[in-house]
Amino acid sequence: MSKKVMFKENFMHPDKSMWQRHSRSERLTRLFLMIMVLAAVGYSAQNIEIIPEFLLDAPAQVKDLFVRMWPIQFGFYQKGVHEALMDTVHIASLGTILAVVLAVPIGVLSAKNLIRNVFVNSFARFILVATRSVNSLIWALLFVAIFGPGALAGTLAIAFRSIGFVGKLVGEALEEVDPRSIEALHATGASWMSVLLKGYWPQCEPTFWSVALFRWDINIRESSVLGLVGAGGIGMALDSALNLFQWTRVSLILLSIFVIVIIAEIVVTQIRKRIL
Amino acid sequence: MAWGLLVLYVVWAGARLDFTWSRFVVGLDNAEKFIGRMFPPEILQPDSMLNGLVESLEIAILASFLGILLSLPLGVLAARNLMPAWVSWPARSLIALCRSFHPVIVAILFVKAVGFGALAGILTLTVASLGFIGKLFAEAIEEISLKQVEAVRATGSPFISVLTYGVFPQVFSRFIGFSTYQIDSNLRNSTMVGIVGAGGIGSTLFAAFQRFDYSFVCAILIAIICMIMIGETLARVVRRLLGVDVQKSDV
Repeated sequence: MSKKVMFKENFMHPDKSMWQRHSRSERLTRLFLMIMVLAAVGYSAQNIEIIPEFLLDAPAQVKDLFVRMWPIQFGFYQKGVHEALMDTVHIASLGTILAVVLAVPIGVLSAKNLIRNVFVNSFARFILVATRSVNSLIWALLFVAIFGPGALAGTLAIAFRSIGFVGKLVGEALEEVDPRSIEALHATGASWMSVLLKGYWPQCEPTFWSVALFRWDINIRESSVLGLVGAGGIGMALDSALNLFQWTRVSLILLSIFVIVIIAEIVVTQIRKRIL
Repeated sequence: MAWGLLVLYVVWAGARLDFTWSRFVVGLDNAEKFIGRMFPPEILQPDSMLNGLVESLEIAILASFLGILLSLPLGVLAARNLMPAWVSWPARSLIALCRSFHPVIVAILFVKAVGFGALAGILTLTVASLGFIGKLFAEAIEEISLKQVEAVRATGSPFISVLTYGVFPQVFSRFIGFSTYQIDSNLRNSTMVGIVGAGGIGSTLFAAFQRFDYSFVCAILIAIICMIMIGETLARVVRRLLGVDVQKSDV
């Protein structure tokens, strides 16, 4: 049977008169995936514990929440929010810097074209996946247990959570480098270090900066909640306001977080426009 | 020059946040004890751990399902090349609102609204999925070629056929890419929302921390990492089965 005929038969509707977009095996795969998805969703929906009384009560509770949050207590900003908010920004920035410093060497080790050793590659990849899998809040819990409550734990939590992200993207950027300029450098007898600095770095630099900026933007969001487990920043103010049911302060803190996140996003877009 | 300023900033901000060498050294000492107590990991409450993991998984599945289902129409409504401004602006604002707060903060608000438990977690992650997929899907639709859309329109098809034959074939693979990425991210976050009472393994983990059962903490962390790695592998398999290439710029 020629290839053309096979192609035709695969895409034919059973009544042989209609064209179909997918071949039979593609259709079967899709059907199988759909059944699996529906089974998983059905099982979860049946198994999960939801208390209907709570659900019925929800609209009233939400209304109550908004009523209590109003009016926003702006007077509290200077006294109890500003310092904590600035701490949050510094935790995010220092954490990102530390993450980049730690992640670049691991990213280099994970790049298959740079280090031709499968064992080293997979070990570096394992570190990247493991640090990424543990949520920053959980990292914060660990570091609070080690260094005590405060900004140090928060900074380290941000840094460790970001290693996986930054390292993975840096490693992938290194692997996609155009090999011709690298080969040219090798041909001159350049040392490993100069190949890295003069061959790989110029090609990766834009990716590097955009990854670092992107992660900083994410980290501003993340560092705003670390205080809930005692790792410093605005989250600590949020936690105490929540525990004391000071809802007018909660709304102020939420508003401040919202504003700082928007500012960070604007800053990142502006820098991107200028330098990338 | 730029690097010098960066170093200066690090020193200044570090001093401001009260980072001192002695604190770090004391911390390293603690770390040794801490890690000593973490190993060997032991499963102190197998029931609670298993239930927590299963609940996290269920939260992630349901939230992803709801989020993907809802972000499909939301993304279409937010695409400025298909919709008039009075439709796209509200949709875009809703997406922006979903994105602006960290899931933990959304979780706190939902715990207050619908009480402790998995439902708060599901709603939280649904909101997160709406924000992420909705935004990227709308952007993907805005980048499509309008020629095919016009061709379908010229046949006099209703709007729904314009969508299914003119728009979706162009963006379907990217939509699957965003969705599998979000499923992954939901799975990660579902292990964390329990810390603020929104169900899943996070509550077991937090309780173990507060009882200083560090060996149990270690066991739970290993279980979480394994679950997420399996999830990542599954997502990759599904992408390959569907023939979807995920562009890095998407993630």
